[in-house]
Amino acid sequence: MHIPDGFLSPEVAAACAVPAAGAVAYGLRRANRELDERRVPLLGVTAAFVFAAQMLNFPVAGGTSGHFLGAALAAILLGPWLAGLVLSVVLIAQAFVFADGGITALGANVLNMGVVGALVVGGLMVAARKVLGRVGSSRGVLLAVAGAGAWLAVVAGAAATAVELAISGTVPLGTVLPAMLGVHMLIGVGEAAITVAAVSAVLSTRPDVVRAFPVSQGAMA
Amino acid sequence: MRMRWFTILALALAIGLATAASPFASASPDGLERVAADKAFLDSGRLANVQEQAPVADYAVPGVGDARVATALAGFAGTLVVFALGWGVATVVRR
Repeated sequence: MHIPDGFLSPEVAAACAVPAAGAVAYGLRRANRELDERRVPLLGVTAAFVFAAQMLNFPVAGGTSGHFLGAALAAILLGPWLAGLVLSVVLIAQAFVFADGGITALGANVLNMGVVGALVVGGLMVAARKVLGRVGSSRGVLLAVAGAGAWLAVVAGAAATAVELAISGTVPLGTVLPAMLGVHMLIGVGEAAITVAAVSAVLSTRPDVVRAFPVSQGAMA
Repeated sequence: MRMRWFTILALALAIGLATAASPFASASPDGLERVAADKAFLDSGRLANVQEQAPVADYAVPGVGDARVATALAGFAGTLVVFALGWGVATVVRR
């Protein structure tokens, strides 16, 4: 879903870069305040896994592929703000080293593939705890949030991309929105499967490092 | 599991996937590329000037004859670079 330069108007690119930069700056502040020693390597490993998994395009319908985005996984492991930070690290490396995703479009890409999805999943986690109380952060509920959140994150990112393309005058909204939603509703299923598998694996080995899991809450207060 | 082993294991999994599986990933256009091609705005995309000299454009290490090996090397190196960047950012902001 990496937007190259040229797809967005300069105005839209700038309008996306501002909130993206703000979210990343806030992520840095949160990291400064709440990143304990155990989570320093976790942040590096999450970024590495997201990068690696993003390379593994899987086929969806009709000669189209999709790939993992990782905002939902990062949000569950590290919280939504640090997730935006992780995705910005991945996307900056991809843009400058691998020429994947534009430079002026970097803010939009951080927003669409990082911040939007991370906040969707963060909101779901808060809602689950509000509605279900303590059960809201049990393993089962967390995995359900991981799956549903991952799918929603991809679909929301696709919708944001479509809106940005439309406002840029690149393609009419009525044309691009259904097309982007259609294909990403399929890709989101892959995102959900990978996210649930990864969260489940971490919960089985080091549940204490999962930001959204209750045994780690004491350290986060 | 000790955090050190968790980190090593998770990093090994990431590097393993990026190296061994990436050469066999689908080469079809992704969702956005497909929509851009179908709706005729793919050609408005271009590389930024700094990207003309990107060291590993298109996830293929330059000068490697075999495309699959070039991709595997890009995955291996890229995962390590991103891990170092993530760790580095986390270490610096904690100060």
